[in-house]
Amino acid sequence: MSSASAAPIIHIRGLRKIYRTGRVDVEALRGVDLDVPAGEFLSIVGPSGSGKSTLFHIIGGLTPPTEGEVIVAGRDVSAVGDAGRTELRRKYVSFVFQKFNLLPNLTALDNIRTALFISGLPTRPFDDSFRNILELLGISDRLRHKPAEMSGGEQQRVAIARALASQPSILLADEPTGNLDSRNSLAVLEILRDLNSRLKQTILMITHNTDAAAFGHRKMHMRDGRIVETQTLKAN
Amino acid sequence: MRFRLVWENIRFRPVRTLLSMLLIAVPVMLILTLVGLSHGFFQDSERRARGVGADILFRPPGTSIIGSFSSITLPERFVDKLATEPHVTAVTAVANEPIGGTFDTVTGIDPASFARLSGPFVYLEGHGLQKPDDILLDQYYANQRGVHAAQKMKVLNREWNVAGVVEPGKLAHLFVSLPVLQDLASSSGKVSQIYIKLDNPANTQMVIDHFREKYKDYPVYSMAELASYYQVSNIPLLQGFIDAVLGMGVLFGFFVVALSMYMAVLQRTREFGILKSLGASKGFVIGLILLEAFGLGLGGTFVGIGLSFFTKWLMHLVMPASLPQAIVISWWPIAGAVAMGAAILGAVYPGLIAVRQDPIEALAYE
Repeated sequence: MSSASAAPIIHIRGLRKIYRTGRVDVEALRGVDLDVPAGEFLSIVGPSGSGKSTLFHIIGGLTPPTEGEVIVAGRDVSAVGDAGRTELRRKYVSFVFQKFNLLPNLTALDNIRTALFISGLPTRPFDDSFRNILELLGISDRLRHKPAEMSGGEQQRVAIARALASQPSILLADEPTGNLDSRNSLAVLEILRDLNSRLKQTILMITHNTDAAAFGHRKMHMRDGRIVETQTLKAN
Repeated sequence: MRFRLVWENIRFRPVRTLLSMLLIAVPVMLILTLVGLSHGFFQDSERRARGVGADILFRPPGTSIIGSFSSITLPERFVDKLATEPHVTAVTAVANEPIGGTFDTVTGIDPASFARLSGPFVYLEGHGLQKPDDILLDQYYANQRGVHAAQKMKVLNREWNVAGVVEPGKLAHLFVSLPVLQDLASSSGKVSQIYIKLDNPANTQMVIDHFREKYKDYPVYSMAELASYYQVSNIPLLQGFIDAVLGMGVLFGFFVVALSMYMAVLQRTREFGILKSLGASKGFVIGLILLEAFGLGLGGTFVGIGLSFFTKWLMHLVMPASLPQAIVISWWPIAGAVAMGAAILGAVYPGLIAVRQDPIEALAYE
């Protein structure tokens, strides 16, 4: 992991998350400790219900932790309220989802501009570095199309562009290849690896696919709400 | 960008947008139609009153300026008396009998003296009143009833011969001979009011002052005064009715938009989740919903205004004499404010639902 710096951009200690469903408490995370250095590409694997997504949701500020210390990009997520978590999402963390989650009524360009607008950044013109990202993603000529007019691979690349538009410190990719065929999956994974190596973009990726997990610097296994194994992979 | 998000969403669901606008347009149309009918009725009455060509109106004791036009209680002998007063050049008396079920009245006139004030009728069909069962109709009423000269029609429980159809704008829609109407109303020797023409309109106030001094109990008005009283605000009951319709407009618009936006919020749960995942604040999300409601309200207002032209056309087609509808432009902003106010109020609750949605659940919504 030659590209990663030493300071952890994500620092988690004793993280627990309990969901209440009806009268039953479900413990989704049971004491997670994790440090992620800036610039790392971390793959997270594990069976359904192992707590991967919950961990993502807490790191991304979509839900608060029940207990524990969670520092993301220098912000104590466990100490802030809804507004603080909203600010975290707006400025420091972006998501890429399995189902792309593009706004269906907007073109690719407007989807990206929406993210820029919400982040308080100028919506036009795109700066050179973002133009390079669009070139890297290969969607420069598809920006005027709506999601329904694009293939799954193209939609996911637009979703990645949208996620990167606000220049987040951390990119959280939740099964980014889950809805793609093998050719498009490989393309998306190579793009993520490229973004990580060229831009030093910190990436956390949830995946069920062993081949996909191999694109990271480290592979972290989760089971029953705990990290059960962390494996350093060969340099990509 | 905010406007673009709203605009694209409105465009993306054209059927929902159109239905919402149409439903919001209904109270706008109702308000404008009701106000238009009120104003139209008064404008038409004023126009027809001016069409008499008089300067002064002389009324029976105990009557107000525009009320009780159909009471036949003023002794007819005043016609001769008033005709001899200084500056008076012509006098005509009329009697009114209301037609059940409408705002219209049958007006009894003395054709010769009436013509001296208003000028002769312009006949579109037929001729003047000649026989006791003759009736004259103006063009609007003839169209409304679908009758022509020489046909028979029933009014006041009696069959009449339509002697002629005249150009509208002279006091009434239906005219019969004064003695015939007095006989029908069992009011021989009585009339409803007397119209007086002067040698010079500049003498009007002087003559009125003289009449008020001489005929103390008898209300006397200039025609200009009468015209100025043809205002909705002078009829408290009508004003109250309009206020009630405005209230219903707000309530109706509120429920329509609340329902429409509630459905829209449910439909767009995932989209709100996406916006939240991008860092959109609660204020941003509710702002989008309120802006959309404002847009729907504005669109509904324009559609409602358009529909009020349609109702005017329809009224003129079906009941041109009884339901004259005016287009009252000064009420457009009021009706628009009612629609948009209701739309925004109706969007608040669905907006609150949207901002309270858990982003994780929203993103998982199918």
